[in-house]
Amino acid sequence: MATRDEIADAIAGMSLFADLTAPQLMGVASQFEEAFFPEGARVLRQGISGSAFYVILDGEAAVVVDGTERTTLGRGEFFGEISILLGEPPIADIVARRPLRCIVLPGAAIEPFLVEHPRVMFRMLQAMSRRLRNASRLRS
Amino acid sequence: MADAISDPDRPFPPGDYPVVVVGSGPGGLQASYFLGRHGIGHAVISADPGPGGMFRRWPFFQRLLSWTKPYAPADRHSREFERWDWNSLIALEPELRGIQAEFMDGSSDFPSRPEMEANLTAFAERAGIAVRYGCTWESTRHEDGPDGPRFVVVTTDGEYRCRHLILAVGIAEPYSPSPPGIELSVHYADTRAAETYAGKRLFILGKQNSGFELASGLLQWASRITLASPSPAKTSIETRSLVGVRARYVQPFEDSALGGGVDILAAAIEGIVTVPGGMRVDLKRSDNGMPVSVEADEVIAATGFTCPLRDLPALGVATFGQSRLPAQTAFWESATVPGIHFAGTITSGASGLKKHGIPSYSGAVQGHRYNARLLVDRLAATEFGIVREDPVIALGDLRDYLLAEATHGPELWHQKAYLARVVTVSPDDGIRDRGILPLAHVLDSDGPDAAAMTVEADGQGSIYPVVYIRRAGKVEEHALEPHPLNDYEGSLYRRNLGAILDLIALGASAA
Repeated sequence: MATRDEIADAIAGMSLFADLTAPQLMGVASQFEEAFFPEGARVLRQGISGSAFYVILDGEAAVVVDGTERTTLGRGEFFGEISILLGEPPIADIVARRPLRCIVLPGAAIEPFLVEHPRVMFRMLQAMSRRLRNASRLRS
Repeated sequence: MADAISDPDRPFPPGDYPVVVVGSGPGGLQASYFLGRHGIGHAVISADPGPGGMFRRWPFFQRLLSWTKPYAPADRHSREFERWDWNSLIALEPELRGIQAEFMDGSSDFPSRPEMEANLTAFAERAGIAVRYGCTWESTRHEDGPDGPRFVVVTTDGEYRCRHLILAVGIAEPYSPSPPGIELSVHYADTRAAETYAGKRLFILGKQNSGFELASGLLQWASRITLASPSPAKTSIETRSLVGVRARYVQPFEDSALGGGVDILAAAIEGIVTVPGGMRVDLKRSDNGMPVSVEADEVIAATGFTCPLRDLPALGVATFGQSRLPAQTAFWESATVPGIHFAGTITSGASGLKKHGIPSYSGAVQGHRYNARLLVDRLAATEFGIVREDPVIALGDLRDYLLAEATHGPELWHQKAYLARVVTVSPDDGIRDRGILPLAHVLDSDGPDAAAMTVEADGQGSIYPVVYIRRAGKVEEHALEPHPLNDYEGSLYRRNLGAILDLIALGASAA
């Protein structure tokens, strides 16, 4: 359970939202919704359209492609952005490995949100670049 | 009190029951109705003096947000009529269907609050639903019973014991945020008669339906109205869903746009202080963080309600979100405490896929009435051994049956991308109609090859059927084209769906 104040406090410490002012954090907390997934529940489904953007408040999620676990995500990390930015269904299942609390923004709201919050967009680009770099290292 | 407790005219004295239902609003009545039709013994208790739940009192301005169209293109006592009737409870007997249409005076397709209360009261009476009124749930604990773990439900009348608890207590506890000075405001639930706001400068905290309902109703009374919350207000017309302020309450938007004395702010509240002649609300704008202050005579917190779950979180029931909804399985059981189930508006805590950001309609009667039926059907099958034989569908009928469901099925229309008509296909068992099931359950469970038909919306204005095909354990999604009149029974749909069904039921396209 979290009120908007509590969500604003929780995300203030995350690098994704590190550049936002207190009123902007409250704005984020009221635009996003909180969601809870028990252990084993599927959050995103590979190949199913209409997904959303998630930021993990607490817990752990596994990224599963064709039944194989590829990596896990924890507090402060996000998922769902690739399918939204590309307008395609997710290419992986996201499954709660431990009870998972997230904040969620519907796919259609992402573009206006990022345009309104360019510092969040920059932080997101940094995080995605890091992922790309790590993936390239694994391949080389 | 002892006399009231032992009064033989009051049903369900404290004791042991297979199932206990708490609540006598639409959710509790609907759950009890289906438990009764399955012959499952249960007690219904309610703190209220009569049926109706929130509709005994709200909405404040006494007119609903949910329509019933008495002259819709379907017989009032048919299942198809439910698509046009958001307010009646559902029933197996035709004479118990579409009751709301009887109680409307012709002034609006949105029934008044008393008309809704009359509809629910009539349903309870005609369906023979007994409720122990004036019996308040106080606390809950676990204990080991002779047949395994069970719940002890402590009430003002004594203790009830059950293996399955169905809570239909609404989202009914007023919630206010906690900035300094919030005690100077009153909650929506304590709004006074409209005329007492004559000439007052009114500040409404919150830009959901309740805030705009008050603003609409008080336009003619208040001298000035300001609405504020951190994020921009949206209307249902913009979101093309039930997300956002409903069309019935958009007048304050127009007043604001035309400079008519209504201001709508995207700003976070910093505090409320008293000043000579009234109060001052201090805010920070969400867009640039700049301070802004508004003077007001009255501040109303239209900041929503939470679930009155009492001590259930201490028992392990996980909750989430501003409304403290319990986290639930696809069949509306607590995700963390098996045996505790939910009916009514609380079932919006089982959010399903929320495709394209569009939630289920479980927060309203037209959505959660179906959840209650599926919850009870599931309980009957898994816990009480009441298993029905699922009907067989001939291969030649499959395609047109699913298209008829997409065109007319009220469950699919009211619970878009949430409930599905499901058929399974297997060499041993043929094609079986598995009824209406939660889509998330179908997508996340293994089983024989299957087709799940839904109606979905993309939030951009399109409504269209989607069929999910499960074969060899994998699920594929196939969206069909939207139709300008929402009629999916024509030749294009027959051809396209037939080709898709051939993936699991070869020959369906040739029907």
